[in-house]
Amino acid sequence: MAQIRIDNLRKDFGDFTAVKSSSFTIEDGEFFMLLGPSGCGKTTTLRMMAGLELPTSGEIYIDGEEVGGRRASQRDIAFVFQMFALYPHMNVRRNIGYPLRSQGASRADTRRKVEEIARLLGITDILDSPVGGLSGGDRQRVALGRAIVREPKAFFMDEPLGALDAEFREHMAEELRALHDRMGATTIYVTHDQLEAMQMGDKIVVMNHGMVEQFGVPQDLYDWPATLFVAGFLGSPPMNVLFFNGTVAEGAETLTLGGQEIAVPVTREGAKGNVALGIRPEHVHLDTEAGYRAKVIATEYLGTTQIVTLRTEHGDIKARIPSHQKVTEGETTGLRFDARKITLFNADTSQALRSAGNEGVLSLG
Amino acid sequence: MSDFSVIAASKTQKWVAGILVVAYAVITLLPLLWIIATGFKSPSDAIAYPPKVLFEPTLEGYVNLFTTRTRQTAEYLAAHPPQTWYEEIVRKYDMVIAGPSRFGGRFMNSVIIGFVSTFLSVFLGTLAAYAFSRFRIPLKDDLMFFILSTRMMPPIAVAIPIFLMFRALGLSDTHAGMILLYTAVNLSLAVWLLKGFIDEIPREYEEAALIDGYTRFQAFYKVVLPQAATGIASTAIFCLIFAWNEYAFAVLLTSGTAQTAPPFIPTIIGVGGQDWPAVAAGATIFLLPVVVFTILLRKHLLRGITFGAVRK
Repeated sequence: MAQIRIDNLRKDFGDFTAVKSSSFTIEDGEFFMLLGPSGCGKTTTLRMMAGLELPTSGEIYIDGEEVGGRRASQRDIAFVFQMFALYPHMNVRRNIGYPLRSQGASRADTRRKVEEIARLLGITDILDSPVGGLSGGDRQRVALGRAIVREPKAFFMDEPLGALDAEFREHMAEELRALHDRMGATTIYVTHDQLEAMQMGDKIVVMNHGMVEQFGVPQDLYDWPATLFVAGFLGSPPMNVLFFNGTVAEGAETLTLGGQEIAVPVTREGAKGNVALGIRPEHVHLDTEAGYRAKVIATEYLGTTQIVTLRTEHGDIKARIPSHQKVTEGETTGLRFDARKITLFNADTSQALRSAGNEGVLSLG
Repeated sequence: MSDFSVIAASKTQKWVAGILVVAYAVITLLPLLWIIATGFKSPSDAIAYPPKVLFEPTLEGYVNLFTTRTRQTAEYLAAHPPQTWYEEIVRKYDMVIAGPSRFGGRFMNSVIIGFVSTFLSVFLGTLAAYAFSRFRIPLKDDLMFFILSTRMMPPIAVAIPIFLMFRALGLSDTHAGMILLYTAVNLSLAVWLLKGFIDEIPREYEEAALIDGYTRFQAFYKVVLPQAATGIASTAIFCLIFAWNEYAFAVLLTSGTAQTAPPFIPTIIGVGGQDWPAVAAGATIFLLPVVVFTILLRKHLLRGITFGAVRK
């Protein structure tokens, strides 16, 4: 059980910088998600934390101890790989017992411990099978077993569900989360799947181009993205972003968009020039009376809700509305935005402007 | 398989394929069978024309291969009756066995030089291949190309410089010299083959081992090596076959103490010229170690010689 903190971590591979500067803290017992598109540096960050790569600069603390230069084996962590990395020349029992044997545990202790873990994971019946013939889910369970058996300070998982079928992934995600809740061990989990991250994580750090974009609990990230990247990466469909040229005054409660007054959370900082307005699809409402006009160009039926694509003078926008609401393609209607849920961005820096809505969230990370 | 399957072979196709395979095997094996048969012929049968397919087998060739003989007078032969079956065989020619031939020593030279150089090539090759596969090495591609480039000419093209170097260093006609030479020639092949095999082993296995508490070397030894066994075995076979069969350098650089079997076998002289049965017997025995080695490693070989073209 451990608190893990990384400070200004950087990794260069020759001329290429995989991680520019990463800093965040993982509290003891948290299920922590490292989220980002491929090549964003999330796996490299995890590998540095695990001791599989040496950082170019920066510090890694596990329980207050700087471990950046230590061997992986001295950090007392366990790693679950995407491809499971079960030793193919050993059976399930030996795979799970391997970390214990390598630490010099006795044969009897190893056996007892392996069987205990197998019961926990429900794989007692396959203990003596070779790993070659196992299904994806069972391999994943064996890989987890190998990680759990040593009772490490923390679990590091690199897209552990990435190699599973979509249908099974859901099930394993629940199993993983339940296992974490039972064991309470700090877990760091790398994924590129924003749904997985929001579904499982206590906290999420979003990375892009080797930089931490935002760090916080899933709901804060979803509601109050700190950057345009986070706004576009989280949510399906993602946050709508309307770019416009204008002025936002500090302390303002409205702004002018396409000649219409739009109410926004009270701004704490102003911007001039390229500004962007971000609003989640579920906070866009169709209202024929509203002044901001848009034309319906497509609808997508999703059961309880429908996604309506509308063309405005500032670009296309998607609205998530109840499916019983009647919408006809080609009609022109008005849009009303939920004033409490709008985020404004400085489009030049991509950073969110501070407002009464997000100031609590932005001050965290 | 249905009768109309597009991919499954029809009965006729299977028959044709079978016949072709058998024909190819016969063509390939015929010289080999000829050699083995000749080893059991008498010298006159061996050079008979038309060649004898059916003949009375004799171990004369093998006896001649392993012994030196001298002609004796009738009185001497009468006074010393043959003690063993092989003495009996040479009595036909009024000879007695004077002692062992040099074949045994030459054969042992082949075994020592062949297996030691194979071991060294594979051992050094595995370490180098692992480093090339896993570590960031400056100028890696250039180094790999340089290693390969040593194979771009026939080795015999450098025979004269090597001959002069060996003479200057006192390596001529020594076991160490021949082992060094064959290891040097085989090492480039070994590095390239093994790098391919090790590249195929996912790094995660070692990383898992590193996290599980092993050092980098232990991870290599306990996790990578068992999985590279196939590659190592097939590389070893290739290296052994080269070192075992090598003739040109062996003729050039060895004459006595370190002479291997290939340059020795053709020089076996019998009564009144080349002793073909003895030569054939020598060739047959010479074949055995590679055959045994290959059979021992054969389960690795099929996957090995496809060079990783087939995924597990």
